[in-house]
Amino acid sequence: MSQLNNKRYLKRKIINSLALSISVVTVLFALSFLVWILWTLFSQGLSHLTLDVFTKMTPPPGSSGGLLNAIVGSFQMVLFATLIGTPVGILAGTYLAEYGRSGWLAPTTRFINDILLSAPSIVIGLFVYEVAVNTVGHFSGWAGSLALSLIVIPVVVRTTENMMTLVPSTLREAAAALGAPYWKVIVNVVYRSAKTGIMTGLLLAVARISGETAPLLFTALNNQFWNSDMSKPISSLAVVIFQFAMSPYKDWQHLAWAGALLITLFVLGLNILARSVFRSNQSQS
Amino acid sequence: MSSTQTLQAKISTKNMNFYYGKFHALKDINIDIPANKVTAFIGPSGCGKSTLLRTFNRMYELYPKQRVEGNILLDGKDIHSSEQDLNLLRAKVGMVFQKPTPFPMSIYDNVAFGVKLYENLSRFEMDDRVEWALQKAAIWNEVKDKLNQSGSGLSGGQQQRLCIARGVAVKPNVLLLDEPCSALDPISTARIEDLIHELKNEYTIVMVTHNMQQAARVSDYTAYMYLGELIEYGDTDTIFTRPSRKETEDYITGKFG
Repeated sequence: MSQLNNKRYLKRKIINSLALSISVVTVLFALSFLVWILWTLFSQGLSHLTLDVFTKMTPPPGSSGGLLNAIVGSFQMVLFATLIGTPVGILAGTYLAEYGRSGWLAPTTRFINDILLSAPSIVIGLFVYEVAVNTVGHFSGWAGSLALSLIVIPVVVRTTENMMTLVPSTLREAAAALGAPYWKVIVNVVYRSAKTGIMTGLLLAVARISGETAPLLFTALNNQFWNSDMSKPISSLAVVIFQFAMSPYKDWQHLAWAGALLITLFVLGLNILARSVFRSNQSQS
Repeated sequence: MSSTQTLQAKISTKNMNFYYGKFHALKDINIDIPANKVTAFIGPSGCGKSTLLRTFNRMYELYPKQRVEGNILLDGKDIHSSEQDLNLLRAKVGMVFQKPTPFPMSIYDNVAFGVKLYENLSRFEMDDRVEWALQKAAIWNEVKDKLNQSGSGLSGGQQQRLCIARGVAVKPNVLLLDEPCSALDPISTARIEDLIHELKNEYTIVMVTHNMQQAARVSDYTAYMYLGELIEYGDTDTIFTRPSRKETEDYITGKFG
């Protein structure tokens, strides 16, 4: 009874409700921008997201067209970047998690990987320009893929290592105790346990690169026309959005909005997929 | 000591020392573990029981900075000699751990995993082997209808028996049990103790336990360890009723530890 009149208790209650309301307000503040972004995207982009977008090429100013070449170009470059980045990232992450307990190589790799993880993507673009565009003499889809894969690798290395170190060492011991060679322990037991985590990291990495513009600007450049040849300049959604949104032409701007909405929906879909994959597998075990 | 010397030794250590980095964890251990008997290691926490057990299948080698000096013989052959393949040694000397560690795969695959490493069995033979191992571990009746389900869906006691089945399935000579019942309820513990009784006809069993009643119930020989030293070793009845060392008596009667 006396508790209700207790001054210390009253003070604590006030501080509690104050702290709670401040955190609720900040959550709403952050959330409102997200909703605002989505709202703008949908209101500007949805009406222009017609069938033409998926069937026609990027048009010259003043005529109608779509984003087909950009969509396919983006898809190709993201696909190859993932194909390059995944094995490198998973194997490097495996080394760090399983063999990197002693010596100088693993800590050094981990440090450099962390730098790469936070490196501005335009720096990666410039690097690939110097290495894969300047030396060859022309822009190409391969150079774009290479730049994107350099963004994928550190993300995958990091998540792979984290997910594999989460696997309890008793599980490794149990497999080793049956006479399994260490590579079998890793492939059959550790990878299996860490599978969903690694997959999630991979999907998030794909989501990340599908919207990257800076590394593509001076590697893959852009292409007005249909081109599926990776050794030539190739179009991508992100770069087309950049170019069209900055243009003074109304129909280009409309296409840019449609493209922006398209990328957002794709990334949203990947995120939901990553989450649901993770959740369904967690509840299983 | 006299009673153990007459029996055939399965594992023996000769002046064996063990180090975790600079820490001297096992001091000059000489022990002969008889074949087809249950030997229990008892002693307070940190005395080196598990460390000793983990040298018998060279499990410590998974970690850098852990090393052994001296000799460990399995059937008279040095397990550290260059002729002894590490993985083959571990296939011969099975191990069950304190916490159940089912692999993230089906119950069937959990048992078949170790067998597939060294034997090329037909589907039919493998089915037989899996059933045999699960029967041995007294868990067949509980899992026979859900062999394709994940092993992690079982209860703790069932998981531990699954791990024993997994260890038995590869037909080792020796089974090392590192506190196999410490995470289990009394009923599961009783089942596993029954199982140990069954298994000792075919396997040499070495177990670490914190539970002295358990050591008295299931083991034929008992070793008391303290601070990395083997204080006393002999047949279980003698150790528990007429220990020759004062330290052993103090520990067993509860004056110490």
